[in-house]
Formats: sequence, structure tokens, C-alpha cells
Amino acid sequence: MRPKNARIVEIVHETASVRTLRFDLDLDPVPGQYLMVWVREVDEVPMSISYRNGITVQLVGEATRAIFDLEVGDSLGLRGPLGNGFVLSGDRILLVGGGVGAAPLALLGEAASERGMEVSTLLGFRCCNDLIFRERFERIGDLVITTDDGSEGICGRASAGLERLNPRDYDQIYLCGPEPMMADVIGRCRGMETKIQASIDRYFKCGMGICGSCAIDPTGIRVCVEGPVIRGDQLAGTEFGRYRRGPNGLKK
Amino acid sequence: MKNPVMLAAGILGTTGASLKRAAQSGAGGVVTKSVGVAPREGHRGPTVVQVEGGLLNAMGLPNPSYHNFQEEIDIGREGGVPVVASIFGSGPEEFVEVAEGLEADGFELNLSCPHAERYGAEIGCEACNVEEITRTVKESVAVPVWVKLTPNVADIVGLGLAAQRGGADGVVAINTLKAMAIDVESGRPILGNRFGGLSGPAIKPVAIRCVYDLASALEIPVIGVGGVSSWQDAAEIIMAGAAGVQVGTALGGVEGYAVFRSITEGLSSYLDRKGMTLEELRGLARRFS
Repeated sequence: MRPKNARIVEIVHETASVRTLRFDLDLDPVPGQYLMVWVREVDEVPMSISYRNGITVQLVGEATRAIFDLEVGDSLGLRGPLGNGFVLSGDRILLVGGGVGAAPLALLGEAASERGMEVSTLLGFRCCNDLIFRERFERIGDLVITTDDGSEGICGRASAGLERLNPRDYDQIYLCGPEPMMADVIGRCRGMETKIQASIDRYFKCGMGICGSCAIDPTGIRVCVEGPVIRGDQLAGTEFGRYRRGPNGLKK
Repeated sequence: MKNPVMLAAGILGTTGASLKRAAQSGAGGVVTKSVGVAPREGHRGPTVVQVEGGLLNAMGLPNPSYHNFQEEIDIGREGGVPVVASIFGSGPEEFVEVAEGLEADGFELNLSCPHAERYGAEIGCEACNVEEITRTVKESVAVPVWVKLTPNVADIVGLGLAAQRGGADGVVAINTLKAMAIDVESGRPILGNRFGGLSGPAIKPVAIRCVYDLASALEIPVIGVGGVSSWQDAAEIIMAGAAGVQVGTALGGVEGYAVFRSITEGLSSYLDRKGMTLEELRGLARRFS
């Protein structure tokens, strides 16, 4: 599909470096799907969907800087929703998010709650100023927060919060956040890998599964079409948690 | 080769894992993404856009350079089929540097990428360049050398003959057609590079004609590529004279890799039904001139 024109109808400053953009179109996404967001004249970058009509963006580079320069009434080109998204399963689920990784989990948790599922959430942030979507998660179930500096909730990484919960109490665990955090959580849930769904981040160029820039070693799974949500057992023994490739294909 | 259906250059072949997966999915051979002398990140996005009947892309030759690519070829070879390295350079010296720096089962010279300054079609549209680069690479390596040709010229046969004079073991036709798409909402070209190359079903009839003309004029094999996504497409391009078939754009989407088995199995049952061999199918259409 060609990029759809999306006009920005609302901008929410979630934190100093995170903003939510709401559009004039209903994306009708499966939670966990993403968009290729074209900032005209600048670049096209993948962004996970945080609302039926919105994305939540963290300022990280040139393209996101350009997105932060946009105002209500400006527009972007959107391809998508793309990718597989999360699969809801079981009666009790646990969401584990880090930083802006909370965004797609909020949409997922709301869908789960609507279906009558019991939702618990564990979110890790650097400090209290980085917190996003607290009300969205509190509305759908229990919420445990950790911060690296202890300024809110439990002091420590998300894994410190995991010690307060028993992962085995849940039918399915959903992850989205920094890769070391997700790899750590998977490592602490040995034997449950098939019940873990992780939304993972790789360098996407095409978003169609043809360029290979997001393929994972050694399986060749194309994250842009076969993901971005990958089951824990499919990540075992792969590059996940160890390295990734940049735009030129070099490992880093 | 176990079968004549290969992975085309530029599609998925950035990593050994993808090359190996293509081989294990039923490709008879795999061609890597084009590799040059220095790492390149490629053009800014959008690098690909879906258009009527196919895809428009301007990736811009992203690659880790030959210095960092042998490992990928070696992993690709674990798939058990020949790995052909697609290589590019700005002239004979760079082509030779890359070819001599890699060990592969063959080389495909990218003289046809339509969207990278100083490379590909910018030099490959001149027959004299094609002949000189082919000859120089042939003199420096012992494995087969194929030349991938651009259709964005008045006479592709002239380029094919130049490759043949240079000593090529085969030509590959066609690369993408130079094309463009504009966003009607903003008036801006969609691709980051403004223009790019069209691939997919829309270009198949062009590929069929090019392969037909090349196979009629050349003594070396012609490998057909361009919009092949089904066994019927493969049969058609073989009937035009192709010795082998490459598949690219059809690999997109979740089920992409399944295209190799669906083409090879379909082709095989077609040949059984017709009581023909692949050799008898090859160039069949040229009997009806």
C-alpha cells in the first residue's frame, strides 16, 4: 500500500522525551502491530501503535526529532498496521514493559480487559519523570512499578519487580522494552518460553519481508513480517540479547 | 544445481541466515545482496513502496562491504546450494577488489542497479564498460561470472553481447525498471531517493521480452528474473529461453519463503503432465517465430 495520509488531531506530552500523536484515522490495529511512519523529507521509521488512532514516540534521533517538531494539523504518511501483533491467550496474563515499551502493552491490556481477562502489569522506568500510561494500566488491573533510582515504586530494574510476582501464576506473559530487560525476564522464566510473547526491535527498511535487514541469526526470522512479536522459545539460541545489525548489516 | 529456481540478488541476502533459509526453503541457488568495497547504509526512507502491480524500491546498495561478508557466504553455504555473490563497484578495479576478496561459488556483477550514483546501471548502460568489467573480473577469478543487465536501455541485447565478449559465463536479465511514485497528498516523491526501481508482476512481460531477445542472440545462458511469482511465470520465462529463474519480490510477506517450493513443485508436475524435460521447455517459444 502507498502511505496513507494521517493528520495529527492531538499531541500529548507524556514526558520530556515522549509524546503521543493521535490521528484523524482509525488504524484498527491488532495490539503489537506497528506502522512505518513517513516524516516527509526526512525518513521513514517503524513505530508501535499505542492507541487505535495513535502512536507514542520517544525522542531518539533525526526522524523522531522531526516528529517532535510537528504540530496539530500537520500530517504524516503511514504504512500499516504491519506485522503480526500479540495473540491473547489464557485467563490471567502478565504485561512486562520497560520505558516507552509500555505503549503497545497498554493497547493490549485494554483489549484483554475488554475480553474479561485478568491483567497484571509490571513496568520499569529510569525515574519517576519517565512514567507513562499509569492510569491506563491501573484501570485494567494491578500495576507494579520499578524505577532505577527508586524515585517511584520498587527501586531497581523490572526484574526486581518480577521477584514480587510469580511468573508461573500467569497463562501468558507479554514483553516490550529494552532488549536486555526482555532477555533478562525470559531468562528468569525458564521453562515458560512458549508462554512468552516479546515485541522486539530490529532495523527495519522495507516492512515487507524482502530486504532482510531485520532477519535474526541464525534462524533468518524476518522481524518486520513474522514479528515484531516473537515467542520466547523462538528467541532461544538466537542473536536476541547479544547483538543486532545496523543499517549497513554490520553487527553491533 | 538441484533445481533452476534461485533467490535473486538484493532480496533477503544480507545475512548468511537468510541465504541459508532460502536454500532450505527449496531454492536451487542463492544470490547475495550486492557487496562493495566499503560499508554503506543505503538511502533514507521510504526505501520501498507498494505500487500498482509491484514494488518500487531504492534501497541504495546497503551492505557491510566484502571485508565483513565472507562469514555470511559461509553460513549461506550450509544450506547446501551454490552461493553466488552479487558484487558492485565504480569500475573494474573495485569489482576486482571485491571479487578477489570473497570466496563464493560464482559472482554476479551488478551492472544494473538503477538508483545508486556511480554504480550499477550508471556504468552498466554502456556496452564498453560491461565488456571491460566482465573481462577484468573473469581474468581474476576461477568461478563462473554472470552479468546482471539493466533493461533501462534502448538495446539490452547489445549489453548482453558485450558481456559475452568479455567472457561472461551467463547473463541475468532483468534488473528493475527505473520508476517513480508521488504522494498526491503532498506532491512529494515517496521514495527517499525520489526515484527507484520497479519490480514484481508489472515487469514480467518486459523480462519475458528481454530474455527472449537475449536468448536468441547469445551463446551463453540467460538467467531470467523479473516478476516471477508462480510456476506458470517460471515456465513462461524458461519458454522465452531462460536457463534458470530468479525470484525476488514474490518473497515478501509472511509466507514469502514458500514461493520456492510452490514454483519448483508446480514446474515439476507441469513437466510430468506434458511429458517434457526442462531442456525441452527451454526456448520453446522461439520455435514459433
